[in-house]
Amino acid sequence: MTKAELTPNSFRNQPDERGHFGQFGGRYVAETLMPLVLDLEREYRAAKQDPAFKAQFDDLLEHYVGRPSPLYYAERLTEEVRKDAPAGKGAQIWFKRDELNHTGAHKINNCIGQILLAMRMGKTRIIAETGAGQHGVATATVCARFGLPCFIYMGAKDIDRQQPNVFRMRLLGAEVIPVTSGAGTLKDAMNEGLRDWVANVHDTFYIIGTAAGPHPYPELVRDFQSVIGTEARAQMLSRINRLPDLLVAAIGGGSNAIGLFHPFLDDKDVAMLGIEAAGHGLEKEHAASLAGGRPGILHGNKTYLLQDEDGQIAEAHSISAGLDYPGIGPEHSWLKEIGRVRYDNVTDVEALAAFQLLCRTEGIIPALEPAHAIAAVEREAKKMDRDQIILANLCGRGDKDIFTVAEALGTKI
Amino acid sequence: MTRLSAAFNKPHPALVTFITAGDGNTAANLDALVAGGADVIELGMPFTDPMADGPAIQEANIRSLNAGTTTSDIFAIAAAFRSRHPDTPLVLMGYANPMTIRGGDWFASECNKAGVDGVICVDIPPEEDPELGPWLRSAGIDLIRLATPTTDEARMPTVLNGASGFLYYVSVAGITGLQQAAQTSIDEAVARLKAHTDLPVAVGFGVRTPEQAANIARVADGVVVGSAIVELVAEHGMNAAGPVREYVASLKAAIQSARS
Ligand SMILES: Cc1ncc(COP(=O)(O)O)c(C=O)c1O
Repeated sequence: MTKAELTPNSFRNQPDERGHFGQFGGRYVAETLMPLVLDLEREYRAAKQDPAFKAQFDDLLEHYVGRPSPLYYAERLTEEVRKDAPAGKGAQIWFKRDELNHTGAHKINNCIGQILLAMRMGKTRIIAETGAGQHGVATATVCARFGLPCFIYMGAKDIDRQQPNVFRMRLLGAEVIPVTSGAGTLKDAMNEGLRDWVANVHDTFYIIGTAAGPHPYPELVRDFQSVIGTEARAQMLSRINRLPDLLVAAIGGGSNAIGLFHPFLDDKDVAMLGIEAAGHGLEKEHAASLAGGRPGILHGNKTYLLQDEDGQIAEAHSISAGLDYPGIGPEHSWLKEIGRVRYDNVTDVEALAAFQLLCRTEGIIPALEPAHAIAAVEREAKKMDRDQIILANLCGRGDKDIFTVAEALGTKI
Repeated sequence: MTRLSAAFNKPHPALVTFITAGDGNTAANLDALVAGGADVIELGMPFTDPMADGPAIQEANIRSLNAGTTTSDIFAIAAAFRSRHPDTPLVLMGYANPMTIRGGDWFASECNKAGVDGVICVDIPPEEDPELGPWLRSAGIDLIRLATPTTDEARMPTVLNGASGFLYYVSVAGITGLQQAAQTSIDEAVARLKAHTDLPVAVGFGVRTPEQAANIARVADGVVVGSAIVELVAEHGMNAAGPVREYVASLKAAIQSARS
């Protein structure tokens, strides 16, 4: 096959009608959930055609979430990186500042969309899984805003390392349910969320927090998060009348990354880099499913997974709870396979260094998740010319991580 | 006639029993199921993330995987069972990833070699059939589909298309081992399903007592019992065969008396 045959006319019209992105995606769920998943798809198609739905979504994003988020040129970080770059090298570093959203991360964009869908479907009870707690906080927030009962499944280990967010969820009226099965992290919380869902299909809506799960979740989460890339693209054009040369985003399940990338996918001169968590290193424990996994089926979709040769799922590791997941959204698996997006990874140690660098150079405390993207930005900027532009997604703020970072740096607070 | 259709052609409804492969002394427990009177055996393939299972079967999965059970061990257990029990149908039940990781063709051929009669995959709905269904059908292995309280009339043809062996009615919307459905809802559901298919209908999820089994046996072609047996294995460890045989025999007696 020639390259032209492999390359679709547009990278933006996935998935197909069965919810597949190439060989990835799909609807691998128990029969009990299947009718509901089909309903959700019908309802989502109808909502997309409904101007009132879009108007309500846009209105909430503007007045409740605080969108559009700023596009920011990180001048001091750019200068700092140039100090040890080869002569003439050191691209300009720009950030899409989704950490300034209400609740402190991009997660709220998706939650607004999904709770509107839930209410459209007449569902009266909301469940969600959470890793870092950002998605749990965002879900608890929209539930409080719309007066729906909220149950958040969270791994016991994550509850320990994300205490501030656990308290926030409780303040917002959510019940946080600790999950002790497995390693007590995001994967186990997702299993428990699915178990709740099958038992409560009649009244419950599952707000999935990343661009993964059974179709249509990967598509609808992407669409709700695409506000990031759509705004950034317009902001770039109006500020400097050009598109960036490289987009960079951290990947747990991949929602902030696909939200930034998707509106640019057909801009052929814009390169894209997704950053997975390499944890202690790829030869040790990590969470880089594209780098260290293979295609398999978990949590409703086919995608790259960390697993053994029998298809048993491996435990992931990352210092960042939000990246600590052995899978990745199916659209990223497809974008990797067709070569449209490049994927690389960053270790715990590199992310911690980047975290501190951003604090000191820009006065911004990032979440540990985007700290992974920032470490990669440093790496890439040094290889690129000074007139080139990198745009990274600063998808969350670091308030929730100060205890983890303090501990990693050997400080007691 | 296949072993599975023979099992559903007996004068009494079939007793279908489940245990997890690699949990406790599996060979002895399988023999105990047969000795107690099981007509069909479901052998669970352990998986790290059993999303549709309640605590009892989740823990059985963990015990089995912690003991180092591999997919090749499971096929060895099945093959040895087949040589000891030439007539009792054996169905593998589990999740998509371990079944498809080496390809549906590989899995179907291993099933064939081990004398496995049917496969139940929890998370491959009819919509994703190409993952496994065609391979099983061409290897002559029954693909057993699930119907649930959420499966409506309009969806029945989709569920039945490509199904064989029997139809498994999951009587509660939920996970294994917890609640039990109201008998009237089971009666209605079985009648509804039977209007759509000539396949035998077996009912499971939450069945524990001989009395429940007998009530279901009055309307259905089979009764599936899983978590209650798995709990006996958990309680008695390597010495579970005796209690398992006695318990299964009590279910069997109840089922045999149900329609007399
Ligand atoms: C700030 C932040 N960024 C990124 C992620 C990872 O998710 P995703 O890859 O879906 O953006 C999380 C998850 O909790 C998060 O809180």
